[in-house]
Amino acid sequence: MDLFFDNAPTLWSGFRVTLQLTAVSGLLALALGLALAALRVAPLRPLRAVSMLYVELMRNTPLTLVFFGMVLVAPQFGIIPPLGFWTAVLCLTLYTSAFVSEALRSGINSVGVGQAEAARAIGLTFGQSLRLVILPQAVRTVIPPLINVIIALAKNTSVAAGFAVVELVATGRRLGQAIPGEAVTILGGIALLYLVFTIPAGLLATRLEKKVAFAR
Amino acid sequence: MVSQSPGSSAGQPGSGPLVVLDNVNKYFGDLHVLQDINLSVARGEVVVIIGPSGSGKSTLCRAINRLEPITSGTISIDGVPLPAEGKALAQLRSDVGMVFQSFNLFAHKTVLQNVTMGPVKVRKMRKAEAEELAMGLLERVGVANQANKLPAQLSGGQQQRVAIARALAMKPKVMLFDEPTSALDPEMINEVLDVMVALAQEGMTMIVVTHEMGFARRAGDRVVFMDSGSIVEEADPDEFFTNPRTDRAKDFLSKILTND
Repeated sequence: MDLFFDNAPTLWSGFRVTLQLTAVSGLLALALGLALAALRVAPLRPLRAVSMLYVELMRNTPLTLVFFGMVLVAPQFGIIPPLGFWTAVLCLTLYTSAFVSEALRSGINSVGVGQAEAARAIGLTFGQSLRLVILPQAVRTVIPPLINVIIALAKNTSVAAGFAVVELVATGRRLGQAIPGEAVTILGGIALLYLVFTIPAGLLATRLEKKVAFAR
Repeated sequence: MVSQSPGSSAGQPGSGPLVVLDNVNKYFGDLHVLQDINLSVARGEVVVIIGPSGSGKSTLCRAINRLEPITSGTISIDGVPLPAEGKALAQLRSDVGMVFQSFNLFAHKTVLQNVTMGPVKVRKMRKAEAEELAMGLLERVGVANQANKLPAQLSGGQQQRVAIARALAMKPKVMLFDEPTSALDPEMINEVLDVMVALAQEGMTMIVVTHEMGFARRAGDRVVFMDSGSIVEEADPDEFFTNPRTDRAKDFLSKILTND
């Protein structure tokens, strides 16, 4: 236990970076994912195609490759992303938004097509139908898969460890190298630290789910 | 009553027919569901579309506000051809009331909110004003005492009457009814038909897809009989039911009227 108390400041800073990566990328991915999902059900075919292409591309690419793409390939086209936190946020956002979009789309599809038709029939625009009629009803089925996506994101932030971001895993690796005898203990502790937000996230999902179910 | 702001309706209100379908065709893949449909509906006219299931009558009804896009031909409402997807189409739809077979009330909104949504969000009416309008309409269709309930708490007949009020709240030029009583228990059919008959008597232009021959006789100005995607016969209701001209209409009527 002393091992962890002695290194608490180091661990805390790694933990904080993981938390920040998750929070910032999560919020941005929710926004981008919502836009992608909206495009995916838009009345114009080209918009649907663009969204589908993006989602399929991202969801079928390993996250590490997205990072490599950003760090190694983008500079060849003259784009030099600043290495570190914001590059990681960018990659995690681009990647996670595809999954957010799919979760939202499944929720949108769970709302009967008649609801959208009725909304359009009274003259609501596509955006209004989505905002006022479809999404409020989609929320209830969307929360569990969405929390899953965020939990996956929290763990995916560890990929950033390989790209000069000192988050939890990178911190653990450094500590492990500094104190060779305790590497296994340290990595075990790191794994437990992930539970500090994945478990509450799961609990939050259950509570929210009950709340919106009751609101009907 | 609340006056509608000038310029909120699409195009110039003309004096010609209100709804005109000109040479309309629609395919679902290889299936030719609407074949060279020509139909013109005058202001204040009540047109009842009947025919066997799969004859294309629902598709025709839904095509009129472009819930089903057509493959070729033109549909115009009050002289304005249906626009492609976008704001102009939304605007036009706000002038065309639609009542669905399965009611399609917004499940997460109360009865009152269902009726006020269109006036508030599309017509930009103030909330208090919209609620007054909505309560008046709910009164008219006989469900004012249910205003604060969710749709799921109402019977089918009540829900369908709310759906009619929701459509009327937009002060539509024409009302489309797509089999409005087909999903109802028998004892609830008349409460909905009564509302529709009253509406017809007040001079509303209506296009009604239905199996209710009684409604066609009571309120219809014209019966349009469809089969296999085409209009087979058009006639005055009394004439059509007593003396159908085509064999297909005779055959259809003999099947549905045997128990009369």
